[in-house]
Amino acid sequence: MKGKPGWKDIPRGGMILEAGNAATYHTGDWRSQRPVWDPEACTHCLFCWIYCPDSAVRVVEGRMTGIDLDYCKGCGICVNQCPKAGALKMVPEDTAAAG
Amino acid sequence: MTQVQAGVSQGRRVALTGNEAVALAMKQVEPDVVAAYPITPQTDIVQYFSSFVADGQVRTEFMTVESEHSALSACVGASAAGARCMTATSANGLALMWEVLYIAAGLRLPIVMAVVNRALSGPINIHCDHSDSMGARDSGWIQLYSEDAQEAYDNLLQAVRIAEHPEVLLPVMVCLDGFIISHSLENLEVLPDEQVRAFVGTYRPDVWLLDAARPVTMGPLDLQDFYFEHKRQEAEAMARAVPVIEEVAAEFGRATGRRYGFFEAYRMDDAEVAVLALNSTAGTARYVVDRLRRRGVRAGLLKLRVFRPFPQRALADALEGLAALAVMDRAEGLSTAGGPVFVEVRSALYDRARRPLTMNHIYGLGGRDVGPDQIEKVFDDLLQAVECGEVRRPVSHLGVRE
Ligand code: SF4
Ligand code: SF4
Repeated sequence: MKGKPGWKDIPRGGMILEAGNAATYHTGDWRSQRPVWDPEACTHCLFCWIYCPDSAVRVVEGRMTGIDLDYCKGCGICVNQCPKAGALKMVPEDTAAAG
Repeated sequence: MTQVQAGVSQGRRVALTGNEAVALAMKQVEPDVVAAYPITPQTDIVQYFSSFVADGQVRTEFMTVESEHSALSACVGASAAGARCMTATSANGLALMWEVLYIAAGLRLPIVMAVVNRALSGPINIHCDHSDSMGARDSGWIQLYSEDAQEAYDNLLQAVRIAEHPEVLLPVMVCLDGFIISHSLENLEVLPDEQVRAFVGTYRPDVWLLDAARPVTMGPLDLQDFYFEHKRQEAEAMARAVPVIEEVAAEFGRATGRRYGFFEAYRMDDAEVAVLALNSTAGTARYVVDRLRRRGVRAGLLKLRVFRPFPQRALADALEGLAALAVMDRAEGLSTAGGPVFVEVRSALYDRARRPLTMNHIYGLGGRDVGPDQIEKVFDDLLQAVECGEVRRPVSHLGVRE
């Protein structure tokens, strides 16, 4: 808790005075596992994009391009519903970060 | 009974019930939003206020809601949006507001609510005791208690100023005794509309949700890293309310001649024994004090007006010189260690080298009448304790059938 402002220096009652600051809060910090994507195996069906509850699947011009790890919370829904064996798999965060 | 100095106020004397006095004060304040749900014995307040709205006497947005939970939730939303908001309730209505009480205080919204004190069910009962507001004592609301209709009216006007003060920004409950005060007709002095308007002024929040030029978020998730800091701020606001309550009372006193403080010390200067009470019982106790004084008993009364923030030091100053003190609790608390007022008053005296013998009388539950003879019995208990130098029964139930 060190380094954060004290009670005299923060807006009262938990108010957030800066608009749109969710963009600077990377909820991906919570993740203990992450999905790893294999572009070779992917068929670009975009099921993962539809199902992801955090809009963390990146799609450009109708094609899957990867996972936005700033906001992916590692729930594994994308992996669970992916119809193509090997296109997405969950990997523990420490292994993935090391690799 | 509040001291009235002649010639200060241009108010007029009228006969009103406690609920009418509260509704009139609300009408004169003319808040932006009132959201309320009727419950005995508060119902008249909502009924009178809704007729003021229907007759075009106020421009208040009156929200009829399906429950007290919704009533206070609507006030939270409206207050966050920047409106001056009021509501009123009693007993189980207050209990249904429970989680929202903490939200209103935690979000620092200056909502004003009349609480017409009534026993909480069960068994079901509609008459006066203080189990409702005493249960809410730790919710972060300032609590003002009113002996009579005059004080309920005066407290409500002062509550608006206290709540909205930039150093405070906390919600305020104004408590008055159900039926005993809410439904009894009494003479009181009410202020002209213009004087009320000038006293309460216009509410200008520094931050509000409908301010499109400065969008903010209120009530976001507040976890281990900040919640504690926000509670610390809330505690500070409660402490800052102490001088604000005094300033507002002083200004009100200058305008009306009616003086208020955290408590009233009646014949306490040379008192040997005293009772401490709040709300309407203080009136009965004052009568008993006078009766005993005529018989040579050095009796006194301490009437507590502000229970939150709790005036610990000033109370100890006023009480430490007594030989014995009886604290009257109109709420059981069911802790087996005494009622809520007793526990806090006794704790206030702990640090003093000189302190009175203390005892607690739990009384008047579910509207059980307490008359002068019963309060005289409390003084008998006190005198007996002084004589034998100890309190044999620290906590007792006054007026219950054995
Ligand atoms: S669900 Fe699987 S196959 Fe379909 S786009 Fe996503 S990763 Fe590719
Ligand atoms: S793991 Fe969950 S949050 Fe991350 S991309 Fe897959 S579905 Fe979205």
